[in-house]
Amino acid sequence: MAQNHTTHGYAPGAHPDLPPPVRTTGPIGWIRANLLSSPLNITLTLLSAWLLWSIVPPALNWALFDAIWSATDRKDCWAQMDEPRAGACWAFIRGSFRLFIYGWYPEPERWRVNVAFILLLLAIVGVLRDNLPGKKYWLWFAVAFPFIGAWLIVGGFGLTPVGTQKLGGILLTVIIGVTGITFSLPLGIALALGRRSELPALRAACVIFIEFIRGVPLITLLFVASTMLTYFLPPGSTFDLLMRVLIMVTLFSAAYIAEVVRGGLQGLSSGQYEAADSLGLTYWKAHRLIILPQALKISIPGIVNTFIGLYKDSVLVLIIGMMDILGLGRARLNDPDWLGLAPELYLFIALFFFLCCFSMARYSLSLEKKLETGHAQ
Amino acid sequence: MVQASPNTPNIFLRLWRNEGSRGVIIQIVTMVVLFALIAAIARNVVVNLAEVGKEFSFAFLSWPAAYDIGFSPFIEYTNQSTHLRAAVVGLLNTLLVAVCGCILASVLGFTLGIMRLSSNWLVSRISYVFVEFMRNVPVLIHILAFYALVVTLLPPAKKAIDVGAGAFFLSNRGFYTPSPVFEPGAGMVGIVIILAIVIAVGFKRWAKQVQDRTGKAYPVFWISTAIIIALPGIAFLTAGMPLSWDIPALKGFNFKGGMAIKPEFLALCLALSYYTACFISEIVRAGILAISRGQSEAAHALGLQNNRTLQLVIIPQALRVIVPPLCSQYLNLTKNSSLAIAIGYMDITATIGGISLMQTGKEMETMMIVMGVYLVISLAISSFMNWFNHRIKLTER
Repeated sequence: MAQNHTTHGYAPGAHPDLPPPVRTTGPIGWIRANLLSSPLNITLTLLSAWLLWSIVPPALNWALFDAIWSATDRKDCWAQMDEPRAGACWAFIRGSFRLFIYGWYPEPERWRVNVAFILLLLAIVGVLRDNLPGKKYWLWFAVAFPFIGAWLIVGGFGLTPVGTQKLGGILLTVIIGVTGITFSLPLGIALALGRRSELPALRAACVIFIEFIRGVPLITLLFVASTMLTYFLPPGSTFDLLMRVLIMVTLFSAAYIAEVVRGGLQGLSSGQYEAADSLGLTYWKAHRLIILPQALKISIPGIVNTFIGLYKDSVLVLIIGMMDILGLGRARLNDPDWLGLAPELYLFIALFFFLCCFSMARYSLSLEKKLETGHAQ
Repeated sequence: MVQASPNTPNIFLRLWRNEGSRGVIIQIVTMVVLFALIAAIARNVVVNLAEVGKEFSFAFLSWPAAYDIGFSPFIEYTNQSTHLRAAVVGLLNTLLVAVCGCILASVLGFTLGIMRLSSNWLVSRISYVFVEFMRNVPVLIHILAFYALVVTLLPPAKKAIDVGAGAFFLSNRGFYTPSPVFEPGAGMVGIVIILAIVIAVGFKRWAKQVQDRTGKAYPVFWISTAIIIALPGIAFLTAGMPLSWDIPALKGFNFKGGMAIKPEFLALCLALSYYTACFISEIVRAGILAISRGQSEAAHALGLQNNRTLQLVIIPQALRVIVPPLCSQYLNLTKNSSLAIAIGYMDITATIGGISLMQTGKEMETMMIVMGVYLVISLAISSFMNWFNHRIKLTER
């Protein structure tokens, strides 16, 4: 043996490390481990590849390569293709794009919507970014934004008033989403605290409210808002339909937020409450400084999921005749020029919602990671 | 002594500073405000109803509904039937779509969840992309888009696609399948099926007792399956096969015979189930990941085989994590089925809460019925959930 070593010129143990076998590292190793590790795995890979091959190229051809981007109507669209309906007719969406964003908002006043959208973006950035100078003022601005936005869009106080029945499209969807999200969080926290309260009457009232709202579909509540709510008000008083819908949507998602926050409150160990008590903190101080920061941190995923649900549910207003993006789109489908272009329309709206909701979901994931302090088991 | 010193606050402030009495004050104030609100609303309702000349009564339920319901698979319904009957048809349709949707959603959701955990990268990515795209799009858009696809892309009945064996057809009027026709003697086979299930359950219990006593294990699954298949099979053959199939056939412009699954039902049921399946798949994934690796290693160390490990160790523990959120997904699916109104499937919201409301102008009464029905369904599902939770709760010493 010793002879052997000397012939190769290495002292025992001095041989330099060989690179790992090609078959276990790099792209080849990855493919072997993740796609071809066993006969079953090979079959699954082949099946998936076949599935993707039969779906993705035709879908891409339809949506991108054979699609028509400018045309006057659907006949014109189809005339430009090799055969009718071979590709998507995005000219339909392009032609209605401004309608989809602004609804019937009066043309000369649309700058107000643009300003409101820009302010909304600023408010979102102000809330989400941590390292902004003057973070406190950004937060105050975000709290004030719903009111500034409402003033810009509805008018009054120096601006030309615009009736709420003129609101539509993405503008309406965003209004419902932002209002619901802003007001349902504080209301939901209050309901959760009420449900956890030691006062039986308060607790019972909160439980009944939460369970009732969670037990019925949102669509029935919207029906109530559109048909019945006027009966509940003093005779002769009228109440804007959009306002009624906003109230219902807010109450609906507040009930769900309340349950999520209650989960967070229950997730805290009782030692936290006892510690706050032994420091002599009052109920409100204990909750503001000790309990809620921790409980809300645990509930972030659930709260964001509820917000996503609320944003998605905003399309239900279509059923009581309000023209959000889906309602406007469906109205455009009845236009004789664009009949039968439902796939294009639904794909466009689906992508819009996907972008909004998926980014919210990703943000909540990153927030969870950021707030993770390692105390949780 | 009689005169209050400046440091002693007045009686109200003292009551407010005492924790017990403060609680009572807060509760009294809450109740007073709540009841005042309810009373004000009730008064407004009475005044407003009187003003428009309506009265609050459920008598309209016995009036003829005078509208058609295209889909009533369980009970007879004509446009001469009452509003009450229309409500029952709607309720049954809601339950039908909810039950079908829950079953489909569970199957699809478990499949997607397990695909997501697959060691095969391609399979897990396909599941991820599908789930993330589908669940971030409102379910109403799924329903409308699916319905539009069925109605616009499928051919008319005359050019229906033959999906299988000249008996299953797909057209824009719906999905046609053969329907079973029971002949005399079929009842007996039905009784034998029930009997076979009872025998199988009894055998399972007996086998468990034997195993507890002696440790001897029978292949319970295979024997019960054999009982459940063989006994009715023998009964079916001896009764002279009392079952035939009514096969749909094209007559004129539409299919006659067989069973037609309407496009509305198809679109609603499939859209609801794949949407809900995306949420279920995440629940299943979380449930399986929640079981630590040590559990299966411990089971293997005890000498349990793979399938016994799954059956006795992994699944019971994973179910404990999976079932509560799964139930709330079922509840969501049931509530989302109210979106049927958007495509004209006649569920409870569309019948009594839609057309009956418009025809009779009884907003209060019809909405109370609809909400009551959904509340009862919700309470039923959540009480089942509580019962199940209690049953499978980890018993710790």
